[in-house]
Amino acid sequence: MKRAHILVCTGTGCTSAGSLITRDALLAELGKVGLREEVDVVETGCMGRCDLGPVTLVHPDGTFYKNVKAADVPLLVEEHFVKGRRCEQLLPKDPQTKSVIATQADFTFFNRQLRIVRNNCGLIDPENIEEYIGRDGYGSLAKVLSQMKPVDVITEIKTSGIRGRGGAGFPTGMKWEIMAKVPDNPKYVVCNADEGDPGAFMNRSVLEGDPHSVMEGMAIGGYAMGSNRGFIYIRAEYGLAVKRLHIAIEQAYKYGLLGKNLFGSGFDFDLEVRIGAGAFVCGEETALMRSIEGRRGQPQPRPPFPAQRGLWGKPTTINNVETWATIPIIIQRGAAWYSAIGTEKTKGTKVFCLAGKINNTGVAELPFGTTLREMIFEVGGGIPNGKKFKAVQTGGPSGGVIPEAHLDATVEYESLQKLGSIMGSGGLVVMDEDSCMVDIARFFMDFCCDESCGKCPPCRVGTRQMLNILDRICEGEGSEEDLAKLGTLAAMVKDASLCGLGQTTPNPVLTTIRYFREEYLAHIRDKRCPARVCKGLLDFTIDNDKCVGCSVCARNCPTNTILKVKGQKKYYIIEDGCIQCGSCIDNCRFNAVLKTSDGPIHVAPPRPELEPVPGRKTTVTA
Amino acid sequence: MNLDELKKLKEKAQRHVALREGNKKYRVVVSMGTSGIAAGARDVMTTMLDEIEKRGIDDVEVTITGEIGLVDAEPVVRIEEANGEKTTYANVNSEGARQIVSQHLETGKKVETLAVGKVKEA
Repeated sequence: MKRAHILVCTGTGCTSAGSLITRDALLAELGKVGLREEVDVVETGCMGRCDLGPVTLVHPDGTFYKNVKAADVPLLVEEHFVKGRRCEQLLPKDPQTKSVIATQADFTFFNRQLRIVRNNCGLIDPENIEEYIGRDGYGSLAKVLSQMKPVDVITEIKTSGIRGRGGAGFPTGMKWEIMAKVPDNPKYVVCNADEGDPGAFMNRSVLEGDPHSVMEGMAIGGYAMGSNRGFIYIRAEYGLAVKRLHIAIEQAYKYGLLGKNLFGSGFDFDLEVRIGAGAFVCGEETALMRSIEGRRGQPQPRPPFPAQRGLWGKPTTINNVETWATIPIIIQRGAAWYSAIGTEKTKGTKVFCLAGKINNTGVAELPFGTTLREMIFEVGGGIPNGKKFKAVQTGGPSGGVIPEAHLDATVEYESLQKLGSIMGSGGLVVMDEDSCMVDIARFFMDFCCDESCGKCPPCRVGTRQMLNILDRICEGEGSEEDLAKLGTLAAMVKDASLCGLGQTTPNPVLTTIRYFREEYLAHIRDKRCPARVCKGLLDFTIDNDKCVGCSVCARNCPTNTILKVKGQKKYYIIEDGCIQCGSCIDNCRFNAVLKTSDGPIHVAPPRPELEPVPGRKTTVTA
Repeated sequence: MNLDELKKLKEKAQRHVALREGNKKYRVVVSMGTSGIAAGARDVMTTMLDEIEKRGIDDVEVTITGEIGLVDAEPVVRIEEANGEKTTYANVNSEGARQIVSQHLETGKKVETLAVGKVKEA
């Protein structure tokens, strides 16, 4: 028996922060002090606090350590495992109170969560099927195959009230029932793991941390709907998730939990991974199916729906990673238990990704009905550096921006839709006062325009035209007519696009105009960017009262546009040569370089009175 | 795989991951300060870990702490129960360690000969 387990997060975030090096250092150090027999080092999936990586969790005491680099390991082992006390330096701090947080249970970020889907993530070794089985894994599949008829399974899922987690929120039980009634054969089940929203990584974290839960859910679905073959469609960028899926599938076959005659019931189920090339549109179900078939990933008109004509013309059910991963738990704990969580219309929990200007960046699972304010200010720990909250974008590039006035809205499919946004994948990108809403709209339009598959003109041409207008406004060359044009184009793209990508692309533009019209007008009428983001509308000025004349800014200016008054230590930025790279701001230790959008504070004296810093030539020809 | 095999595998694997789930009935705290280590606390702890595994006792976690102030009584082992009751054993050797596991942790009967005091939490 081991007295302690050190769980080292080896999700993508922590791995890139060096958690594998930390793991090796832990093993080496424990060996050195002779504790390898007593203390186990376990690699787990994502624990949810990617910004604190590499993170480790020590059980049985539940101590959560952050930023554990290899160099910290000797101290950690000495303190925690040799001396038996917590290593204070490596404990996280509460962003508000600044006090040390000793255990995971004391951490608001963790204790506010309700973990159902991510129950095993960060707790078990995803590359070891026995750890999953030790946590009741495959028990639900066994129960279904030995005690339930397919129709009972569907009734159970219907009663639980679970809705598809891919974004649209279609009731899963109903989807399964329709499919089960189609007489055609063979049928397929598909897992949509083509997570493509910027700032969304919840599916990745589930697949990296607990791949078997998704696979078990698919096998149960296959049994309920009469399908013997499943595909997991995942993007190639998710290398670690792909690797762990392959390992998990191989292990499941070896243990007889996939393949022929499962649990002696006569039910066969085969599962394979299909890797996508990372096109955003392939998350759309009809495009996804074409991609699985080996064709170009472009959407098809619906109907026919996949349940009628899906993969290779056969009935197909596509569910999101999170939906599949929830199925075993519903079977295990019962529909009544599940439907007691959440709100009247939307049951259960949802995994959210907190990103952007927020203290606690990471993955958090919360029941539906939690308000945006709770998510951002309690679980998320508020906005860093004392900045003011400005807006939150939900649902990725197809979602909308929600301002502070609506922060008390509960997060549910319907309530977000009412505000002009969507649930989407569950990404939350938080913006503070330094974010320009026009620039945000432009950024997401740029993304969608780039990802448009080009099949239908409203999306292909419409997004390009909208992007052109937004570019113009950001450069200070927009007119008020442009706003009306954006509105017309948005409505057209929304109505006439073939698939969900085009239909939702205008959301960021529409919501930013709806809630932040003033900011658009500032760009258009006053040629100002109030958040001081849009490059064409800024001025960089040296505040002569604060400047000590150290010349660091001038020496680091890539275009040599910072000059001094001859014989004096007074510096000026020459506007024509400035590319607004911000190097002067970064290099100034006296906060003497100001970024404004209301015209320069000081006007430089005429050129003949100025000279470059000694040792630098000027390239400005003014 | 059939249902029985899954059940057996689960029971085996559950013992392994249970350590991470918390809420154990017994918490064994071995005092591992300098004097404890000098008196053989590490042997006591590894013996207990082995014995717990051998007997297949699930509801126990073993942890260490620093000096507790009973230098001449080392090695000291404290058993904390979920109901708040604490029992302290002094001058524990390997034999005593096995006895604590087989009696206290397995059957719930305290080893009176080794116990120095029983403290009820207020």
